[in-house]
Amino acid sequence: MRGENFKVVKTYEEINEKIRKGEAVVVTAEEMIEIVEELGVVKAAQEVDVVTTGTFGAMCSSGAFLNVGHTKPRMKMEEVYLNGVPAYGGIAAVDLYIGATALPENDPRNEVYPGKFEYGGAHVIEELIAGEDIELEAYAYGTDCYPRREIKKLINIKTINDAILCSPRNAYQNYNVAVNKSSRTIYTYMGTLKPNFGNATYSGAGQLSPLMNDPFFETIGIGTRIFLGGGIGYVAFHGTQHFTFNVKRSKKGQPMEGAGTLMVVGDMKQMDTNFIKAASILGYGVSMFVGIGIPIPILNERIAYYTSVRDDEIFAPVIDYSVDYPSGNAKPLKYVSYGELRRGFIELNGKKVPTSPVSSYYKAREIANILKDWIKSGKFEISRPAETLPAPEPNVKIEYGERRG
Amino acid sequence: MKETSTRLVLHFPKETWDKPVIYKLVKDYDLIVNILRAEILPKMEGSAVIELRGDRKKIGEAVKFLRNLQIKIKPLELDIFREDEKCVHCGACIAPCPTNAFYLDKETFKVEFDKDKCVGCGHCIPACPIRIIYSAEF
Ligand code: SF4
Ligand code: SF4
Repeated sequence: MRGENFKVVKTYEEINEKIRKGEAVVVTAEEMIEIVEELGVVKAAQEVDVVTTGTFGAMCSSGAFLNVGHTKPRMKMEEVYLNGVPAYGGIAAVDLYIGATALPENDPRNEVYPGKFEYGGAHVIEELIAGEDIELEAYAYGTDCYPRREIKKLINIKTINDAILCSPRNAYQNYNVAVNKSSRTIYTYMGTLKPNFGNATYSGAGQLSPLMNDPFFETIGIGTRIFLGGGIGYVAFHGTQHFTFNVKRSKKGQPMEGAGTLMVVGDMKQMDTNFIKAASILGYGVSMFVGIGIPIPILNERIAYYTSVRDDEIFAPVIDYSVDYPSGNAKPLKYVSYGELRRGFIELNGKKVPTSPVSSYYKAREIANILKDWIKSGKFEISRPAETLPAPEPNVKIEYGERRG
Repeated sequence: MKETSTRLVLHFPKETWDKPVIYKLVKDYDLIVNILRAEILPKMEGSAVIELRGDRKKIGEAVKFLRNLQIKIKPLELDIFREDEKCVHCGACIAPCPTNAFYLDKETFKVEFDKDKCVGCGHCIPACPIRIIYSAEF
Protein backbone atom coordinates (compact mmCIF):
# COMPACT_ATOMS: atom_id res chain seq x y z
CA MET A 1 0.00 0.00 0.00
CA ARG A 2 1.20 3.43 -0.95
CA GLY A 3 4.69 2.12 -1.63
CA GLU A 4 5.80 1.18 1.88
CA ASN A 5 7.85 -1.81 2.83
CA PHE A 6 5.72 -3.59 5.34
CA LYS A 7 6.77 -6.68 7.22
CA VAL A 8 3.23 -8.02 7.01
CA VAL A 9 1.19 -7.77 3.82
CA LYS A 10 -2.26 -9.32 3.54
CA THR A 11 -4.90 -8.87 0.85
CA TYR A 12 -8.66 -8.53 1.12
CA GLU A 13 -8.95 -11.79 -0.82
CA GLU A 14 -6.74 -13.69 1.61
CA ILE A 15 -8.72 -12.42 4.56
CA ASN A 16 -12.04 -13.29 2.93
CA GLU A 17 -10.75 -16.77 2.14
CA LYS A 18 -10.07 -17.21 5.87
CA ILE A 19 -13.51 -15.82 6.74
CA ARG A 20 -15.14 -18.34 4.40
CA LYS A 21 -13.22 -21.18 6.02
CA GLY A 22 -14.14 -19.93 9.46
CA GLU A 23 -10.45 -19.37 10.26
CA ALA A 24 -10.28 -15.62 10.40
CA VAL A 25 -9.06 -14.07 13.63
CA VAL A 26 -11.46 -11.26 14.45
CA VAL A 27 -11.23 -9.02 17.51
CA THR A 28 -12.84 -5.77 18.60
CA ALA A 29 -10.90 -2.51 18.68
CA GLU A 30 -10.88 -2.72 22.49
CA GLU A 31 -9.36 -6.21 22.42
CA MET A 32 -6.80 -5.11 19.83
CA ILE A 33 -5.29 -2.64 22.28
CA GLU A 34 -4.13 -5.41 24.57
CA ILE A 35 -3.07 -7.71 21.73
CA VAL A 36 -0.74 -5.08 20.28
CA GLU A 37 0.55 -4.23 23.70
CA GLU A 38 1.47 -7.84 24.26
CA LEU A 39 2.68 -8.92 20.83
CA GLY A 40 3.88 -5.69 19.24
CA VAL A 41 2.45 -4.44 15.94
CA VAL A 42 4.12 -6.92 13.59
CA LYS A 43 3.05 -10.06 15.40
CA ALA A 44 -0.39 -8.58 16.03
CA ALA A 45 -0.75 -7.86 12.30
CA GLN A 46 0.23 -11.45 11.54
CA GLU A 47 -2.24 -12.88 14.02
CA VAL A 48 -5.27 -10.65 13.64
CA ASP A 49 -7.19 -10.42 10.36
CA VAL A 50 -10.02 -8.04 11.16
CA VAL A 51 -10.67 -5.49 13.90
CA THR A 52 -14.29 -4.50 14.46
CA THR A 53 -15.40 -1.06 15.60
CA GLY A 54 -18.69 0.45 16.69
CA THR A 55 -20.48 3.66 17.46
CA PHE A 56 -23.98 4.52 18.65
CA GLY A 57 -24.90 8.17 18.83
CA ALA A 58 -27.43 10.76 17.76
CA MET A 59 -26.77 11.50 14.11
CA CYS A 60 -29.00 14.29 12.84
CA SER A 61 -27.99 14.03 9.23
CA SER A 62 -29.93 10.81 8.71
CA GLY A 63 -32.99 9.92 6.72
CA ALA A 64 -34.66 7.43 4.45
CA PHE A 65 -35.90 7.13 0.88
CA LEU A 66 -39.26 5.41 0.61
CA ASN A 67 -41.10 4.27 -2.45
CA VAL A 68 -44.66 3.86 -1.29
CA GLY A 69 -46.01 2.20 -4.46
CA HIS A 70 -48.36 3.56 -7.09
CA THR A 71 -51.95 4.38 -6.33
CA LYS A 72 -54.99 3.86 -8.52
CA PRO A 73 -55.50 6.22 -10.23
CA ARG A 74 -51.87 7.27 -10.31
CA MET A 75 -50.62 10.22 -8.35
CA LYS A 76 -47.46 12.37 -8.38
CA MET A 77 -47.21 13.14 -4.68
CA GLU A 78 -45.96 16.64 -4.02
CA GLU A 79 -46.82 17.53 -0.45
CA VAL A 80 -46.37 14.48 1.73
CA TYR A 81 -46.84 13.72 5.44
CA LEU A 82 -46.03 10.57 7.38
CA ASN A 83 -47.89 10.49 10.71
CA GLY A 84 -48.13 14.27 10.28
CA VAL A 85 -44.39 14.75 9.74
CA PRO A 86 -43.57 16.43 6.43
CA ALA A 87 -41.53 14.34 3.99
CA TYR A 88 -39.85 15.62 0.85
CA GLY A 89 -41.80 14.85 -2.30
CA GLY A 90 -39.75 16.76 -4.86
CA ILE A 91 -38.65 13.56 -6.60
CA ALA A 92 -40.57 11.06 -8.74
CA ALA A 93 -44.25 10.25 -8.27
CA VAL A 94 -44.24 7.98 -5.23
CA ASP A 95 -40.64 8.39 -4.07
CA LEU A 96 -40.10 10.47 -0.99
CA TYR A 97 -37.44 11.28 1.58
CA ILE A 98 -38.11 11.46 5.28
CA GLY A 99 -35.46 13.32 7.24
CA ALA A 100 -34.71 12.40 10.85
CA THR A 101 -35.09 15.94 12.22
CA ALA A 102 -38.36 16.84 10.43
CA LEU A 103 -41.11 18.08 12.76
CA PRO A 104 -44.89 18.17 12.37
CA GLU A 105 -46.15 21.64 11.50
CA ASN A 106 -48.08 21.88 14.76
CA ASP A 107 -45.12 21.07 17.02
CA PRO A 108 -44.65 24.03 19.38
CA ARG A 109 -40.87 23.95 18.77
CA ASN A 110 -39.18 26.09 21.41
CA GLU A 111 -42.22 28.28 22.07
CA VAL A 112 -42.47 26.71 25.48
CA TYR A 113 -38.78 26.70 26.22
CA PRO A 114 -37.06 24.28 26.34
CA GLY A 115 -39.16 22.46 23.76
CA LYS A 116 -39.78 18.74 24.18
CA PHE A 117 -39.89 17.64 20.52
CA GLU A 118 -41.86 14.49 21.23
CA TYR A 119 -42.29 13.33 17.63
CA GLY A 120 -40.51 13.78 14.32
CA GLY A 121 -38.99 12.10 11.29
CA ALA A 122 -36.78 9.80 13.34
CA HIS A 123 -39.86 8.46 15.16
CA VAL A 124 -41.47 7.69 11.79
CA ILE A 125 -38.31 5.83 10.74
CA GLU A 126 -38.14 3.89 14.01
CA GLU A 127 -41.82 2.94 13.80
CA LEU A 128 -41.42 1.83 10.19
CA ILE A 129 -38.54 -0.43 11.20
CA ALA A 130 -40.63 -1.74 14.10
CA GLY A 131 -43.24 -2.82 11.52
CA GLU A 132 -45.88 -0.37 12.69
CA ASP A 133 -48.42 1.15 10.30
CA ILE A 134 -47.75 4.76 9.33
CA GLU A 135 -50.38 7.16 8.01
CA LEU A 136 -49.43 8.57 4.63
CA GLU A 137 -51.15 11.78 3.61
CA ALA A 138 -50.27 13.33 0.26
CA TYR A 139 -51.45 16.08 -2.05
CA ALA A 140 -50.78 16.73 -5.72
CA TYR A 141 -51.81 19.19 -8.44
CA GLY A 142 -52.88 16.47 -10.88
CA THR A 143 -51.56 15.86 -14.37
CA ASP A 144 -52.82 14.00 -17.44
CA CYS A 145 -50.71 10.99 -16.52
CA TYR A 146 -51.03 11.38 -12.71
CA PRO A 147 -54.58 12.62 -12.14
CA ARG A 148 -55.07 11.83 -8.45
CA ARG A 149 -54.89 14.87 -6.14
CA GLU A 150 -54.96 13.50 -2.65
CA ILE A 151 -54.64 10.35 -0.61
CA LYS A 152 -54.72 9.23 2.99
CA LYS A 153 -53.81 5.64 3.73
CA LEU A 154 -51.79 3.40 5.99
CA ILE A 155 -48.44 2.15 4.80
CA ASN A 156 -46.21 -0.52 6.29
CA ILE A 157 -42.58 -1.36 5.65
CA LYS A 158 -43.62 -4.89 4.68
CA THR A 159 -45.80 -3.71 1.82
CA ILE A 160 -44.07 -0.63 0.40
CA ASN A 161 -41.55 -1.19 -2.40
CA ASP A 162 -38.49 0.30 -0.77
CA ALA A 163 -37.31 1.71 2.50
CA ILE A 164 -33.67 2.66 2.18
CA LEU A 165 -31.84 4.42 4.95
CA CYS A 166 -29.60 6.96 3.23
CA SER A 167 -27.81 9.37 5.50
CA PRO A 168 -25.66 12.18 4.16
CA ARG A 169 -23.44 12.46 7.22
CA ASN A 170 -22.91 9.79 9.86
CA ALA A 171 -20.10 8.40 11.98
CA TYR A 172 -18.20 11.66 12.52
CA GLN A 173 -14.55 10.80 13.02
CA ASN A 174 -14.31 12.89 16.18
CA TYR A 175 -16.53 15.37 18.00
CA ASN A 176 -16.52 18.37 20.26
CA VAL A 177 -16.69 18.31 24.02
CA ALA A 178 -19.40 20.80 24.98
CA VAL A 179 -19.33 23.25 27.90
CA ASN A 180 -21.27 26.37 28.83
CA LYS A 181 -19.49 29.51 29.97
CA SER A 182 -22.65 31.62 30.30
CA SER A 183 -24.66 32.20 33.45
CA ARG A 184 -27.75 30.23 32.47
CA THR A 185 -28.48 26.56 31.72
CA ILE A 186 -28.56 25.86 28.00
CA TYR A 187 -30.19 23.01 26.09
CA THR A 188 -28.18 21.82 23.12
CA TYR A 189 -27.81 18.81 20.86
CA MET A 190 -24.98 17.94 23.25
CA GLY A 191 -27.48 17.74 26.08
CA THR A 192 -28.11 19.97 29.09
CA LEU A 193 -25.15 22.22 29.86
CA LYS A 194 -25.03 23.88 33.26
CA PRO A 195 -23.83 27.48 33.63
CA ASN A 196 -20.30 28.56 34.47
CA PHE A 197 -18.66 25.38 33.17
CA GLY A 198 -20.88 23.28 35.42
CA ASN A 199 -20.45 20.16 33.31
CA ALA A 200 -19.03 18.86 30.02
CA THR A 201 -20.60 16.43 27.58
CA TYR A 202 -18.95 14.37 24.85
CA SER A 203 -20.18 12.22 22.04
CA GLY A 204 -17.41 10.27 20.31
CA ALA A 205 -16.85 6.53 20.76
CA GLY A 206 -13.09 7.11 21.12
CA GLN A 207 -11.06 3.92 20.88
CA LEU A 208 -14.05 1.99 19.47
CA SER A 209 -14.97 4.65 16.90
CA PRO A 210 -14.74 3.38 13.30
CA LEU A 211 -12.93 6.32 11.75
CA MET A 212 -10.50 6.65 14.69
CA ASN A 213 -9.22 3.18 13.91
CA ASP A 214 -8.58 4.02 10.25
CA PRO A 215 -7.58 7.68 10.59
CA PHE A 216 -6.35 8.11 7.01
CA PHE A 217 -9.13 6.12 5.33
CA GLU A 218 -6.79 3.40 4.09
CA THR A 219 -9.45 0.68 4.24
CA ILE A 220 -12.81 2.44 4.67
CA GLY A 221 -14.04 3.80 1.36
CA ILE A 222 -16.84 3.74 -1.20
CA GLY A 223 -18.55 0.37 -1.07
CA THR A 224 -17.23 -0.77 2.30
CA ARG A 225 -19.69 -3.24 3.80
CA ILE A 226 -20.75 -2.21 7.31
CA PHE A 227 -23.13 -2.90 10.19
CA LEU A 228 -25.86 -0.28 9.86
CA GLY A 229 -28.78 -0.11 12.27
CA GLY A 230 -28.75 -3.85 12.90
CA GLY A 231 -28.56 -4.83 9.22
CA ILE A 232 -25.91 -4.82 6.54
CA GLY A 233 -25.24 -1.48 4.91
CA TYR A 234 -22.56 0.22 2.87
CA VAL A 235 -20.47 3.33 2.74
CA ALA A 236 -21.92 5.22 -0.23
CA PHE A 237 -19.50 8.13 -0.40
CA HIS A 238 -17.70 10.49 1.90
CA GLY A 239 -20.23 12.30 4.06
CA THR A 240 -21.01 15.99 3.89
CA GLN A 241 -18.53 18.23 5.73
CA HIS A 242 -15.80 15.62 5.22
CA PHE A 243 -12.72 17.72 5.97
CA THR A 244 -9.70 15.52 6.49
CA PHE A 245 -6.90 17.75 5.21
CA ASN A 246 -4.94 20.19 7.36
CA VAL A 247 -6.46 19.05 10.61
CA LYS A 248 -4.54 18.80 13.86
CA ARG A 249 -3.64 15.18 14.54
CA SER A 250 -2.35 13.28 17.54
CA LYS A 251 0.61 10.91 17.62
CA LYS A 252 -1.04 7.94 15.93
CA GLY A 253 -2.70 10.15 13.32
CA GLN A 254 -6.16 10.56 14.85
CA PRO A 255 -7.68 13.98 14.10
CA MET A 256 -8.27 16.29 17.07
CA GLU A 257 -11.48 17.72 15.60
CA GLY A 258 -14.49 16.52 13.56
CA ALA A 259 -12.61 15.72 10.31
CA GLY A 260 -13.95 12.76 8.27
CA THR A 261 -17.57 11.67 7.82
CA LEU A 262 -19.45 8.95 5.94
CA MET A 263 -22.52 8.83 3.78
CA VAL A 264 -24.14 5.46 4.46
CA VAL A 265 -26.94 3.42 2.90
CA GLY A 266 -28.77 0.28 3.91
CA ASP A 267 -32.01 -1.62 3.54
CA MET A 268 -34.31 -0.63 6.39
CA LYS A 269 -36.22 -3.87 6.02
CA GLN A 270 -33.23 -5.65 7.65
CA MET A 271 -32.82 -3.16 10.46
CA ASP A 272 -33.65 -3.42 14.12
CA THR A 273 -34.97 -0.77 16.51
CA ASN A 274 -32.28 -1.76 19.01
CA PHE A 275 -29.87 0.07 16.74
CA ILE A 276 -32.03 2.82 15.22
CA LYS A 277 -33.79 4.90 17.84
CA ALA A 278 -35.55 8.22 17.65
CA ALA A 279 -34.22 10.85 20.04
CA SER A 280 -36.16 13.83 21.44
CA ILE A 281 -33.49 16.26 22.53
CA LEU A 282 -34.74 18.82 25.02
CA GLY A 283 -34.66 22.36 23.65
CA TYR A 284 -33.01 21.25 20.42
CA GLY A 285 -35.20 18.98 18.34
CA VAL A 286 -35.57 15.46 17.05
CA SER A 287 -32.54 13.41 16.09
CA MET A 288 -31.83 9.73 15.56
CA PHE A 289 -29.55 7.32 17.36
CA VAL A 290 -27.81 5.26 14.71
CA GLY A 291 -25.66 2.22 15.37
CA ILE A 292 -22.77 1.72 12.98
CA GLY A 293 -20.00 -0.85 13.00
CA ILE A 294 -17.16 -1.04 10.52
CA PRO A 295 -14.67 -3.88 10.05
CA ILE A 296 -11.06 -2.93 9.50
CA PRO A 297 -8.95 -5.50 7.69
CA ILE A 298 -5.45 -5.69 9.11
CA LEU A 299 -3.58 -5.52 5.80
CA ASN A 300 -0.25 -4.53 7.35
CA GLU A 301 1.36 -3.53 10.63
CA ARG A 302 0.57 0.15 10.19
CA ILE A 303 -3.15 -0.60 10.26
CA ALA A 304 -2.54 -2.80 13.29
CA TYR A 305 -0.81 0.17 14.87
CA TYR A 306 -3.76 2.53 14.30
CA THR A 307 -6.27 0.00 15.57
CA SER A 308 -4.35 -0.25 18.83
CA VAL A 309 -5.19 3.37 19.62
CA ARG A 310 -6.57 3.87 23.12
CA ASP A 311 -8.80 6.51 24.68
CA ASP A 312 -5.85 8.24 26.35
CA GLU A 313 -4.31 8.88 22.91
CA ILE A 314 -7.41 10.40 21.30
CA PHE A 315 -8.15 14.07 21.90
CA ALA A 316 -11.24 16.21 21.40
CA PRO A 317 -11.62 19.99 21.50
CA VAL A 318 -13.55 21.58 24.36
CA ILE A 319 -15.96 24.13 22.90
CA ASP A 320 -18.26 26.66 24.58
CA TYR A 321 -21.83 26.12 23.36
CA SER A 322 -23.34 29.27 24.87
CA VAL A 323 -21.54 31.91 22.79
CA ASP A 324 -18.60 30.57 20.80
CA TYR A 325 -20.28 27.68 18.97
CA PRO A 326 -23.56 29.46 18.16
CA SER A 327 -21.68 32.51 16.84
CA GLY A 328 -19.69 30.32 14.47
CA ASN A 329 -16.38 31.42 16.00
CA ALA A 330 -15.63 28.41 18.12
CA LYS A 331 -12.06 28.22 19.39
CA PRO A 332 -11.10 25.16 21.41
CA LEU A 333 -10.68 26.13 25.06
CA LYS A 334 -8.39 23.13 25.36
CA TYR A 335 -8.00 19.54 24.19
CA VAL A 336 -8.88 16.64 26.44
CA SER A 337 -8.46 12.90 25.95
CA TYR A 338 -11.30 10.39 25.81
CA GLY A 339 -9.52 8.66 28.68
CA GLU A 340 -10.07 11.71 30.89
CA LEU A 341 -13.63 12.13 29.62
CA ARG A 342 -14.51 8.56 30.49
CA ARG A 343 -12.95 8.79 33.93
CA GLY A 344 -15.61 11.38 34.74
CA PHE A 345 -13.75 14.69 35.08
CA ILE A 346 -11.77 17.15 33.01
CA GLU A 347 -9.87 20.13 34.27
CA LEU A 348 -10.82 23.53 32.98
CA ASN A 349 -9.40 26.83 34.27
CA GLY A 350 -8.18 25.03 37.34
CA LYS A 351 -11.64 23.68 38.04
CA LYS A 352 -12.73 20.04 38.08
CA VAL A 353 -15.63 19.74 35.63
CA PRO A 354 -17.75 16.55 35.67
CA THR A 355 -18.19 14.86 32.28
CA SER A 356 -20.94 12.68 30.89
CA PRO A 357 -21.56 11.18 27.46
CA VAL A 358 -24.47 11.75 25.10
CA SER A 359 -23.71 8.65 23.03
CA SER A 360 -23.59 5.05 24.15
CA TYR A 361 -20.27 3.32 24.59
CA TYR A 362 -22.19 0.31 25.86
CA LYS A 363 -24.01 0.00 22.53
CA ALA A 364 -20.84 0.75 20.56
CA ARG A 365 -19.23 -2.22 22.27
CA GLU A 366 -22.28 -4.39 21.62
CA ILE A 367 -22.15 -3.49 17.90
CA ALA A 368 -18.42 -4.24 17.62
CA ASN A 369 -19.09 -7.64 19.20
CA ILE A 370 -22.04 -8.44 16.93
CA LEU A 371 -19.99 -7.55 13.87
CA LYS A 372 -17.18 -9.73 15.16
CA ASP A 373 -19.60 -12.67 15.47
CA TRP A 374 -20.99 -12.06 11.98
CA ILE A 375 -17.50 -12.16 10.47
CA LYS A 376 -16.39 -15.17 12.50
CA SER A 377 -19.47 -17.10 11.46
CA GLY A 378 -18.75 -16.39 7.79
CA LYS A 379 -21.94 -14.42 7.16
CA PHE A 380 -20.15 -11.11 6.62
CA GLU A 381 -17.15 -10.68 4.35
CA ILE A 382 -15.01 -7.59 4.15
CA SER A 383 -14.95 -5.55 0.96
CA ARG A 384 -12.22 -3.66 -0.84
CA PRO A 385 -13.46 -0.12 -1.45
CA ALA A 386 -14.18 0.85 -5.05
CA GLU A 387 -12.52 4.17 -4.28
CA THR A 388 -10.83 5.49 -1.20
CA LEU A 389 -12.17 8.66 0.39
CA PRO A 390 -10.36 11.99 0.31
CA ALA A 391 -7.67 11.94 3.02
CA PRO A 392 -4.03 12.90 3.38
CA GLU A 393 -1.22 10.36 3.10
CA PRO A 394 -0.52 8.70 6.43
CA ASN A 395 2.51 10.34 7.97
CA VAL A 396 2.76 8.62 11.31
CA LYS A 397 5.76 6.72 12.55
CA ILE A 398 4.92 3.23 13.64
CA GLU A 399 6.29 2.21 16.99
CA TYR A 400 7.58 -1.27 16.38
CA GLY A 401 8.81 -2.03 19.87
CA GLU A 402 6.76 -4.21 22.11
CA ARG A 403 5.05 -1.88 24.50
CA ARG A 404 4.94 -4.25 27.40
CA GLY A 405 5.74 -2.07 30.36
CA MET B 1 -31.68 39.74 38.55
CA LYS B 2 -31.15 36.09 39.50
CA GLU B 3 -33.04 33.76 37.15
CA THR B 4 -34.23 30.52 38.63
CA SER B 5 -37.02 28.02 38.30
CA THR B 6 -38.92 25.89 40.73
CA ARG B 7 -41.62 23.26 40.54
CA LEU B 8 -44.44 23.37 43.01
CA VAL B 9 -47.45 21.29 43.85
CA LEU B 10 -50.42 23.54 44.65
CA HIS B 11 -53.60 22.58 46.45
CA PHE B 12 -56.43 25.02 45.97
CA PRO B 13 -59.25 25.31 48.49
CA LYS B 14 -62.65 25.40 46.84
CA GLU B 15 -62.98 29.14 47.42
CA THR B 16 -60.15 29.93 45.06
CA TRP B 17 -61.10 27.87 42.02
CA ASP B 18 -62.27 30.89 40.02
CA LYS B 19 -59.50 33.33 40.99
CA PRO B 20 -57.17 34.45 38.17
CA VAL B 21 -54.12 33.11 39.98
CA ILE B 22 -51.92 32.33 37.00
CA TYR B 23 -52.69 35.67 35.41
CA LYS B 24 -51.51 37.40 38.58
CA LEU B 25 -48.29 35.41 38.67
CA VAL B 26 -47.51 36.49 35.14
CA LYS B 27 -48.65 40.08 35.42
CA ASP B 28 -47.66 41.11 38.94
CA TYR B 29 -44.56 38.99 39.41
CA ASP B 30 -43.30 38.81 35.85
CA LEU B 31 -42.94 35.04 35.97
CA ILE B 32 -43.06 32.42 33.25
CA VAL B 33 -45.61 29.88 34.38
CA ASN B 34 -45.58 26.40 32.97
CA ILE B 35 -48.57 24.32 34.01
CA LEU B 36 -47.36 20.76 34.12
CA ARG B 37 -50.61 19.30 35.40
CA ALA B 38 -53.84 20.74 36.66
CA GLU B 39 -57.13 19.46 37.97
CA ILE B 40 -59.37 22.38 38.66
CA LEU B 41 -63.13 21.96 38.60
CA PRO B 42 -65.82 24.54 39.36
CA LYS B 43 -66.42 25.06 43.09
CA MET B 44 -64.20 22.17 44.07
CA GLU B 45 -60.82 21.69 45.58
CA GLY B 46 -58.18 21.50 42.93
CA SER B 47 -54.54 20.76 42.50
CA ALA B 48 -51.88 21.71 40.03
CA VAL B 49 -48.22 21.15 39.40
CA ILE B 50 -46.61 24.29 38.07
CA GLU B 51 -43.17 25.46 37.19
CA LEU B 52 -42.27 29.06 37.95
CA ARG B 53 -39.40 30.66 36.15
CA GLY B 54 -38.10 34.12 36.76
CA ASP B 55 -36.38 36.36 39.29
CA ARG B 56 -35.67 34.49 42.52
CA LYS B 57 -37.02 37.32 44.72
CA LYS B 58 -40.19 37.59 42.66
CA ILE B 59 -40.77 33.85 42.96
CA GLY B 60 -40.55 34.21 46.74
CA GLU B 61 -43.08 37.03 46.68
CA ALA B 62 -45.35 35.02 44.40
CA VAL B 63 -45.28 32.08 46.80
CA LYS B 64 -46.34 34.46 49.63
CA PHE B 65 -49.16 35.76 47.47
CA LEU B 66 -50.37 32.20 46.82
CA ARG B 67 -50.19 31.29 50.52
CA ASN B 68 -52.28 34.37 51.34
CA LEU B 69 -54.98 32.93 49.11
CA GLN B 70 -54.98 29.81 51.34
CA ILE B 71 -53.36 27.79 48.60
CA LYS B 72 -51.19 25.02 50.03
CA ILE B 73 -47.79 24.77 48.44
CA LYS B 74 -45.05 22.22 48.61
CA PRO B 75 -42.07 21.56 46.38
CA LEU B 76 -42.55 18.82 43.85
CA GLU B 77 -40.99 15.49 44.74
CA LEU B 78 -41.53 12.88 42.12
CA ASP B 79 -41.42 9.14 42.43
CA ILE B 80 -39.13 8.37 39.51
CA PHE B 81 -38.78 5.11 37.66
CA ARG B 82 -37.04 4.07 34.48
CA GLU B 83 -37.83 1.27 32.04
CA ASP B 84 -34.39 -0.25 32.46
CA GLU B 85 -34.63 -2.79 29.67
CA LYS B 86 -35.25 -0.05 27.09
CA CYS B 87 -32.30 2.12 28.13
CA VAL B 88 -29.70 2.74 25.40
CA HIS B 89 -27.18 4.02 28.00
CA CYS B 90 -26.61 7.28 26.16
CA GLY B 91 -25.97 9.29 29.33
CA ALA B 92 -28.22 12.28 28.55
CA CYS B 93 -29.88 11.93 31.98
CA ILE B 94 -26.60 12.22 33.91
CA ALA B 95 -25.87 15.95 33.58
CA PRO B 96 -29.33 17.26 34.58
CA CYS B 97 -29.43 15.12 37.73
CA PRO B 98 -28.30 17.17 40.73
CA THR B 99 -27.62 14.15 42.97
CA ASN B 100 -25.81 11.72 40.65
CA ALA B 101 -28.68 9.27 40.95
CA PHE B 102 -27.96 8.50 37.30
CA TYR B 103 -24.35 7.53 36.79
CA LEU B 104 -22.11 5.75 34.31
CA ASP B 105 -20.70 2.41 35.43
CA LYS B 106 -17.09 2.63 34.29
CA GLU B 107 -16.75 -1.12 33.71
CA THR B 108 -19.93 -1.95 31.82
CA PHE B 109 -20.59 1.57 30.48
CA LYS B 110 -24.21 1.13 31.41
CA VAL B 111 -26.05 4.11 32.86
CA GLU B 112 -27.35 2.98 36.23
CA PHE B 113 -30.11 4.51 38.35
CA ASP B 114 -29.62 4.64 42.11
CA LYS B 115 -33.08 5.40 43.38
CA ASP B 116 -31.88 6.02 46.94
CA LYS B 117 -30.07 9.14 45.77
CA CYS B 118 -33.04 10.54 43.84
CA VAL B 119 -34.69 13.64 45.32
CA GLY B 120 -37.55 13.67 42.83
CA CYS B 121 -36.81 16.97 41.12
CA GLY B 122 -37.87 15.61 37.73
CA HIS B 123 -35.06 17.17 35.70
CA CYS B 124 -34.18 13.82 34.14
CA ILE B 125 -37.64 13.16 32.69
CA PRO B 126 -37.55 15.47 29.64
CA ALA B 127 -33.78 15.01 29.28
CA CYS B 128 -34.08 11.33 28.32
CA PRO B 129 -34.18 11.35 24.52
CA ILE B 130 -36.13 8.12 24.28
CA ARG B 131 -38.56 9.04 27.08
CA ILE B 132 -38.23 6.03 29.34
CA ILE B 133 -38.02 7.95 32.62
CA TYR B 134 -41.39 8.51 34.26
CA SER B 135 -43.07 9.48 37.44
CA ALA B 136 -46.55 8.52 38.45
CA GLU B 137 -47.40 12.21 38.85
CA PHE B 138 -47.12 12.90 35.12
S1 SF4 C 1 -35.72 13.19 39.64
FE1 SF4 C 1 -33.99 14.62 39.93
S2 SF4 C 1 -32.74 13.64 41.51
FE2 SF4 C 1 -34.14 12.06 40.77
S3 SF4 C 1 -32.97 11.02 39.18
FE3 SF4 C 1 -34.19 12.60 38.15
S4 SF4 C 1 -32.83 14.34 38.02
FE4 SF4 C 1 -31.92 12.96 39.54
S1 SF4 D 1 -31.20 9.36 29.01
FE1 SF4 D 1 -32.68 7.68 28.94
S2 SF4 D 1 -31.83 6.23 27.44
FE2 SF4 D 1 -30.20 7.66 27.95
S3 SF4 D 1 -29.09 6.64 29.62
FE3 SF4 D 1 -30.60 7.95 30.60
S4 SF4 D 1 -32.40 6.63 30.89
FE4 SF4 D 1 -31.07 5.59 29.43
